[in-house]
Amino acid sequence: MTAAVDMEQTQATPAGSEVVSEDRPWQTVVWNDPVNLMSYVTYVFQKLFGYSREKATKLMLDVHHEGKAIVSAGSKDKVEADVARLHAAGLWATMEHTS
Amino acid sequence: MKPWKRSGERVQADIDRQEAAVLRGLVSQIDDMLRARIEETPQDELAELTGIRTGPSTSPDDPILSRLLPDFHRLDDDNPSKADLDSAAVLRSLHEPTLLDLKTGVAAVVLESCPMYGGEIRLSLEQADAWLAALNDVRLALGTAIEVTEDMPDELPEEDPRSPHLSVYNWLTWVQDSLVQALSTP
Repeated sequence: MTAAVDMEQTQATPAGSEVVSEDRPWQTVVWNDPVNLMSYVTYVFQKLFGYSREKATKLMLDVHHEGKAIVSAGSKDKVEADVARLHAAGLWATMEHTS
Repeated sequence: MKPWKRSGERVQADIDRQEAAVLRGLVSQIDDMLRARIEETPQDELAELTGIRTGPSTSPDDPILSRLLPDFHRLDDDNPSKADLDSAAVLRSLHEPTLLDLKTGVAAVVLESCPMYGGEIRLSLEQADAWLAALNDVRLALGTAIEVTEDMPDELPEEDPRSPHLSVYNWLTWVQDSLVQALSTP
């Protein structure tokens, strides 16, 4: 990802770990790419998933630093729909079965 | 162009003649590529009867289209599983027609609301989200074409054939980021 302007400092808080559980067998993965803007990716996470600015920023930074982040989880239908919405926004998203 | 400004439920910016021509030209090119992809897949009688459209099951060969229309699973590993390959083919064929509609839809919003010879752009918040997606598509296309990397310098040496494209790319990055900032501060 890339930043057009200096990012504001945000406090990193643990998030994301709670999105996977046994009754939510599929997960949505967003991958890092050199084009998508940090500000835009955060905006998309807030808009599509209703996440707080803090949580969206944390997930965006995970994508940026770790190369990927799990942004949602659930039934196959739900995750498939989430991936489709992320594709419409131009993010590089895939789905995978939790092992 | 100056930064986008939001007042209530609208965002506004002025665009000059040359900028409008560049932006509209790029959005039209992406739109043409997407429409060519749609036309590659003629719909049969069954699709007309049922209204259920199916798209191609494999990723476009063109790297730009392939980036705009990604697979639902990672298939670029050395050895993707047959299950993933089969599932990705089904999901693409199911979802690609809708994705193409959405992408040509946001392109149409930009072409309708960006004055042809420059001037004021006034957008509803819904139109602004369409602009964000369309600007992103253009940046993905241009970024793929010039092989943008995260540590790309702001300017390339003049003799590099990608140099003028990178300037346009950087301008589009600024336009998109400014619009995100305007939308994020009500």
